[in-house]
Order: sequence, then C-alpha cells, then structure tokens
Amino acid sequence: MPAEGERLAQLKNNLKRRAQVYDLAREFFRGRGFLEVETPVRVPAIAPEINIVPVESEGWYLTTSPELHMKRLLAAGYSQIFQISHCFRKGERGRLHNPEFSLLEWYRSQANYMDMMSDTEQLLTMLTRKLRMGSIIHYQGHEIDLRLPWPRLDVRQAFLKTVGWDPVEYYDARRFDNDMATEILPGLPFERPAVLMDYPAPAASLARLKPGNPLVAERAEVFIGGLELANAYSELTDRAEQTRRFAAEIEQIEREQGRKIPMPESFIEAVGNMPESGGIALGMERLVMLLCDAASIDEVTAFTVDNI
Amino acid sequence: MEIEEVHKNTKLLYQGKPWNVDNAEFVKPGKGRAIYRLRLKNLLDASTLDITFHSGDKVEEASITNQEMQYLYKEGDHYIFMNTANFEQTFITEAQLGEKINFLKEGTLVTMQLLDERPIDITIPTFVELSVVETGTAIKTATVTAQTKSARLETGYTIDVPAFIKEGDVLKIDTRTGSYVERLSTKK
Repeated sequence: MPAEGERLAQLKNNLKRRAQVYDLAREFFRGRGFLEVETPVRVPAIAPEINIVPVESEGWYLTTSPELHMKRLLAAGYSQIFQISHCFRKGERGRLHNPEFSLLEWYRSQANYMDMMSDTEQLLTMLTRKLRMGSIIHYQGHEIDLRLPWPRLDVRQAFLKTVGWDPVEYYDARRFDNDMATEILPGLPFERPAVLMDYPAPAASLARLKPGNPLVAERAEVFIGGLELANAYSELTDRAEQTRRFAAEIEQIEREQGRKIPMPESFIEAVGNMPESGGIALGMERLVMLLCDAASIDEVTAFTVDNI
Repeated sequence: MEIEEVHKNTKLLYQGKPWNVDNAEFVKPGKGRAIYRLRLKNLLDASTLDITFHSGDKVEEASITNQEMQYLYKEGDHYIFMNTANFEQTFITEAQLGEKINFLKEGTLVTMQLLDERPIDITIPTFVELSVVETGTAIKTATVTAQTKSARLETGYTIDVPAFIKEGDVLKIDTRTGSYVERLSTKK
C-alpha cells in the first residue's frame, strides 16, 4: 500500500471515533435546547489578539474563532447557540497544534464562566458514558478520574504556590505566559482534570471583570491529561470597555509586531446589546485525542498541514 | 530567519557555532505566547544544547553544503584539500579533524561540510587502505590464542595487528572503530 494509504488506514479507528464525538456533541447541545449555527470562515475583521496571528485572504482573514459572529447572534436574541467550525491560526504547528483546526463554541444568556465549566463537565460525562469508557479513562499510560466536580484552582493561588509570585498584584505578560506554560501547566496533576479560574485582569481578553474584584477576570480554562481543552468567559457586555481593550490590543500589535489589525466595528456595535452571558471555546481535536488516547493531533486529523 | 520557520534538522548558527536542530517542540497556550523548545546538536563536536525561544525571536540559519574533496598534504597543523569540482584548494585544521587525521593519506577522497565557504568537518570513507611502515615481532608465548602486536601505519597511526603482518603490507582499516579488518596485500 502506498505511504498515504497506509497512514490513513491506521487513522481509521480514530477518525470513526472523531465522527462519533461530533454526533454526540451535537446530540448533547440539541438535547439542551441549543440551536446549531453557522458563521463565516472568511471575515473582514477578527478579535485583535497579540498572540494569535491570522491567515490573510485577499485583504480579509480566515477566522481565528467564530466568537465575534456568535456574539452578534447572541445580541440579536439567540439565547443558546453552538457551532463546530474550522479556524485558522498562522504558524501554530506542533504535537497539539495544526494551523487549521476545529473549535466547538457555545454561548448562553443568563449564564457565567462557571456555568460553562459545568456544561463542559456534563458534556464529558455524557461522551464517556455513550462511548462506554466509564468515568475513569486511560490516557497516555495514565488513569484520569473524570468524576464530578472537577477541582477548581485559583490562578493567583497556583502561581503563588508554584512559582512564588502574584500575577494579579504585579502582572507581567511575558513572565505570566512563560511560567504558565513551563511551570504551572506541567505541574498540574495528571490523574484529575483541572479548572484554572480567575485570570489577572490584563489577561481577560473578552471576559468581564469579576464583580467586587476588578483585579481578576471571569475567565476559566480546563486542562485534562496535559491538554488545554477549553477556555470560558463570563462575556464582557460593556461596549466602551470592549472598545478600549481592543484599541489597546491593536496598538500593541502594531507597535510590537508591525501587524495592522482593523477594529471589528460590527461586533463592537453588537456588544452593548448582548445579554449577560457565558461563552466557551473547546478544541475538538484535543477532545478527540483525549477520547482516542492519541498523543498527537496528527493521529486524529486525516490531513494536517504537513500532508495536505 | 524567524523562529517560526525552524524545524527538525534545520541548521542554525547560535553563539557563533553551527548546530543541527535535533528536535523542535512547539508549546502554546491558546491565548499565550508561543514557546519553541529546541534540542541542538553541535555540528563540530556533537555536543547538545537545550534552548527555549519565543515567538518573535529571530535565529540565524546556517547554510551547510557538502562537497567532494581530495586530501593533498599537511602543512603545519593545516590539512590541505582540493575541491574535485573546481580544483580550488582549502584547508581544515588538525583540531577540527580530531581522530580523523589517523585515516587520512594523501589522495583520499572525502566529503567536506562547508558552512558558507568555511570548512567545518569532513566525512571519511568507512574503510581505508593504509600500509605498515614499522612493526616489530610478536612476543612468543606458550598459548595458542591469536597473537597481536602493534604496527605504525603510513599516517603515523598505531594499531594492534595480527602477528603475521609485516612492514609494507597494506591493511584495511575500519575508520568507525579505528581497528584492523584484514590484510589486502603483502610485500613480496
């Protein structure tokens, strides 16, 4: 058999499971009254983020996340929506990354970031039950106990305990990113999921600040088996604040990287009409990797950028 | 070049030395800055170095080319080679060659690695033929085990050879282990 035929034949069980996971995820959200939506992949503006570089397409961009359009639907009264969509992030290639990948995003009104984490817990519970995997799964030679609730860890406490400094009091973006990637995340226990919550306000991105504690943002991330699986926010619904954050990010991107990114005006128009809501983005390949005991994104993707 | 363009087996110049990227690991939190963990192998002495770069960092690519060269002669601690394609001469130092000098005799064809135009190393044939310039007689013992003695070869290299080897014999030498393989011809 030619090399490609052999490679693809070896992926068959994983690709079948990938399809099952997609079916079950859709079943999960439909069963809870969510509407599946589709938003454009090629867009005139994206959320400006210094560490996410978009692929350009004739002056527009291939979307890095469906977030902005889904929030425009939310602002128009679509109160529970989900989508599985292809996203593109330039240069992201490694064991856990392919520049084209799939995000499952869902949003619901009258919810916050921890409600989105509860949804994620319920989704994983449903998936492992339907796939007859039990609540303790095997991943890369380890047992992971997925029983609920998953442990919650405060970002500030995790930093104080592991690296001995307080990122909420003294935020330093480079040091924060570096310590998160090299100390905090590798140090998380493998045998349980971990929900990191309450990020320093400057790392809020599109999350609202915590009512009563403006030093932290209502942002949470879940890690399972060393995989960064999903990122949730209590969504920022303050138009002036969102505009100010984007303008600062656009200015920083141009100053530090020389990239010019436009302000996503249509999204900004909608922000003020958004209800209080929670939103989350989950990496589908990471989820499938976890449920296939796959070490690499290459084992759950038929055609990565390297064999396209 | 941008750190983003570095892959396994990219050749880099780092701290003035040429390296091969033996392994490249990409680590990136979704919202965070990308980290590139590289394992580098020194192209001159094979020592390794683990180093971390971040997105936005720039590194210098080393362009390594291979060229067939013929060893001509030694001058001081310079070993003079001739490019078989254009007949231009260049040299590489005794320190760069290390133990390979033991197997270099005039006229040997080798593959030379060049960093830009600068010779950095040579790859010698796995087997070379060298003649014996000096050897004594084996000390006779009562045992029947194979007897060996030392012999000095035309390159100045001294190895253990079987007792029957004589001055003027041409030997096949394995350059990977530096050891005697067989006698190819003997002086009548």
